[in-house]
Amino acid sequence: MQGQDSAENSGEEPVGGAGLDGNVLAGPLSEVFAVDITTAVGRCRGCGTSSAIATLRVHGPQPGLVGRCPGCDDVLLRIVRTPDAVWLDLGGLISLRIPAAG
Amino acid sequence: MARAAIPGGLSARRAWRPARLLERRVESASATTLVLDVTDWPGHLPGQHVDVRLTADDGYTATRSYSLAAPAEGDRVEVTVQRVPDGEVSPFLCDVFQVGDAVELRGPVGGWFVWRPDQPGPVLLVAGGSGVVPLMAMLRARPAVGPPFRLVYSARQPDDVIYREELAALAGTDGVDVRHVFTRRGAPVGADGADGADGADGAGHVRPPGRLRSADLEGAGWGPADAPTCYVCGPTGFVEAAATILASAGHDAARIRTERFGPTGS
Repeated sequence: MQGQDSAENSGEEPVGGAGLDGNVLAGPLSEVFAVDITTAVGRCRGCGTSSAIATLRVHGPQPGLVGRCPGCDDVLLRIVRTPDAVWLDLGGLISLRIPAAG
Repeated sequence: MARAAIPGGLSARRAWRPARLLERRVESASATTLVLDVTDWPGHLPGQHVDVRLTADDGYTATRSYSLAAPAEGDRVEVTVQRVPDGEVSPFLCDVFQVGDAVELRGPVGGWFVWRPDQPGPVLLVAGGSGVVPLMAMLRARPAVGPPFRLVYSARQPDDVIYREELAALAGTDGVDVRHVFTRRGAPVGADGADGADGADGAGHVRPPGRLRSADLEGAGWGPADAPTCYVCGPTGFVEAAATILASAGHDAARIRTERFGPTGS
């Protein structure tokens, strides 16, 4: 519960909607993938934990967004947007399970 | 609509859409709702968000993600922005951005923290601070004859409550329960959360100021057996605490959805 207090104290009232978890990856990843990847389940190469991408701990936005495993804090993915390219590193994931219709 | 693929590159499928500010509403001392007109808006689900991109005269851009606060009306969408004093984007949007000014939006995006009106079961919404915004979109999208909704809304003090009057009105609606939790000052009276001098609620109980606790999330019709889908949104520490309370009470982890935000990158 201490966490709540410190969160409320540190930056005064928090940012209206500016994300700190994998939900915020939806926009940047929508530039690359045909489906919403935040509902996909990624498996961590380090500890084997399976997590919805929406539940990753995310740091950023500059110089890029870094998504970490909720289980072991290893880096699962990184995404950097330059003026003419998207760099996507999924090296911390052993697999990505994407829900499909039917 | 410019949706053509860039040869050999990324498609323009999720292109940035031009938008213009139609109206602004002050919600509290630090929160402002922006009503935007967005070209070719395709509609959205409650809980989804948009990325907002600002571009300076020299070409510098800053992008932030904001929850949509209400169902769309055609090309008209709403976001509520909490001003963070040292932030790069939120003070601009709250204080400088004027009616008629242009901005770019990408979205709607996000499929995880959403409520689909056809999904079964009651809905438990747990808000910390401006985390109420996507939850308000869900409340506003609830049909008149819909599943039971309960909003438990933690704020520092009564003055910080966003959407205060609308929430008081919604609290009198059949099937909607609104409960306020104040962490610093004030004690809710009755379901509308008015700041009462004696700190008694409608049932004669006192809820003194203090952080969210398990009793705030309990009640008939809201236990694990009732299988509510729980949506928790707020600062990281608040979300962790609330999700832990819900899991400890026996709620299925698959029915606890979370969205965190915090004091960086504002």
